[in-house]
Amino acid sequence: MSNEGNDGNDGNGTVKVRIPTQLRSLTGGAGEVPAEGSTVGDVLASLEAAHPGFGARLFDEAGKLRRFVNVFVADEDVRFLNGLDTPVQAGQTLSIVPAVAGG
Amino acid sequence: MTTTAPGASTVIGLCCRECARPYPPEALHVCEYCFGPLEVAYDYEAIAAATSREKISAGPTTIWRYADLLPADASDPVNLGAGFTPLVRAHRLAAELGLGELWVKNDTLNPTGSFKDRVVSVALTKARELGFKVGACASTGNLANSVGAHAAHAGMESIVFIPHDLEEAKVVTTAVYGGKLVAVEGNYDDVNRLCAELASEHPTWAFVNVNVRPYYSEGSKTLAFEVAEQLGWRVPDHVVVPIASGSQLTKVHKGFDELYKVGLLDEEPHVRVSGAQAAGCSPVATAFAEGTDHVRPQKPCTIAKSLAIGNPADGWYALDSVRSTGGAVGSVTDDEIVEGIRLLARTEGIFAETAGGVTIATLAKLAAEGVVRPDERVVAYVTGHGLKTIDAVSRQCGPTATIAPTMEAFNQAIEVQT
Repeated sequence: MSNEGNDGNDGNGTVKVRIPTQLRSLTGGAGEVPAEGSTVGDVLASLEAAHPGFGARLFDEAGKLRRFVNVFVADEDVRFLNGLDTPVQAGQTLSIVPAVAGG
Repeated sequence: MTTTAPGASTVIGLCCRECARPYPPEALHVCEYCFGPLEVAYDYEAIAAATSREKISAGPTTIWRYADLLPADASDPVNLGAGFTPLVRAHRLAAELGLGELWVKNDTLNPTGSFKDRVVSVALTKARELGFKVGACASTGNLANSVGAHAAHAGMESIVFIPHDLEEAKVVTTAVYGGKLVAVEGNYDDVNRLCAELASEHPTWAFVNVNVRPYYSEGSKTLAFEVAEQLGWRVPDHVVVPIASGSQLTKVHKGFDELYKVGLLDEEPHVRVSGAQAAGCSPVATAFAEGTDHVRPQKPCTIAKSLAIGNPADGWYALDSVRSTGGAVGSVTDDEIVEGIRLLARTEGIFAETAGGVTIATLAKLAAEGVVRPDERVVAYVTGHGLKTIDAVSRQCGPTATIAPTMEAFNQAIEVQT
């Protein structure tokens, strides 16, 4: 089981983004990629810049996160925080989890 | 894990519930394009040709009597005997609540004491068919029991993830089956998120409610099939179903519709579907009350731990089932849940876990509000056994008196009528 903070300081404003299986075709198969930004929105935008295609998959036509996309910062659902404006600090991990299942 | 096993021949494949993209019938649960949930697609004409009331009534007294409508090969199911539980006419409870024809689907009487045996039997049957040797799940307790038991029976390994603060009974009754049991320091939604990520890293594990969820959830349709069959191939006017992820409620709704689609019902069913939640975890009830489609996640705080899912995967679909059928979603406090458990026990002799208390208390509330009506044939789904959550009522329920072993002490302590 991986844990937060083990390998935190990658550099300036760099966060780790965990990529679900369904999106790994965009990252050359990588399950984790670095990205830049000070908010969740910025980080996702930087993902799109580095790996074109993310934007169209994560956002609907109106530019909102798709209904079934869940984003977590340091394991907290950003809907409990400040959504796309949630601040992200260097070394933190952002997880993209499509369609939380369970129940 | 991509074996094309001889699955149910009436399954066409999987299909995205949002954008209708087709997928092969493998261990997949999310549409790669829009992330909508995948659902099993059937050839209903083939099912209609294959099935009949006679064939079903001659089948086993388990969920597998409805094999024609289940997405796994029924020739050798992972089967501990789930399903075909009693449908009890509840005269005394009906009288208390001012209702008419009321029935309780007593699903406490499954092999591990909850409806989860239905979904797990289907999920692990399909998982084994696909070549998996490990069964896993994220659970609020009932599912943990069931995955542990069914995996043991099938000779599969199990890895079960639960929140660390579950009721002791549910921990013990999972661990006893000998699989791996991981208590996670967090609530169910934390466990669920962890499992969603683990499922990506461990594609050789069949997470029953993650990567094989499309098959798993279909098992809940049997809750509708049985009720219709037990009512003499008639449907209720109104059902009350507890909501955790919302999957069970949507599948009960779907189950009644499917029976008609394949010719097992004479008339098109119009079943009002109502949902029950605990006030301390009521994302769907809140969205219903606010008239919105947007199910906002909550941080659960309720004794009904088996329903404590703050971010329900099928919350939106459950709302849709309720609204499209003219039902409602109610929520009840922890005190009302305890009273619901005691009311059902006192009037009908059925001891339910906290989720059953939620169902009965919500039924009472909806009856008082006139949403559930005395002119309706009503079925309340009671889906887990009271022995699993005995702490919920242990303060209220104890000996009437503790006495010395003498006649005198008895006569003094207990007033006997007649």
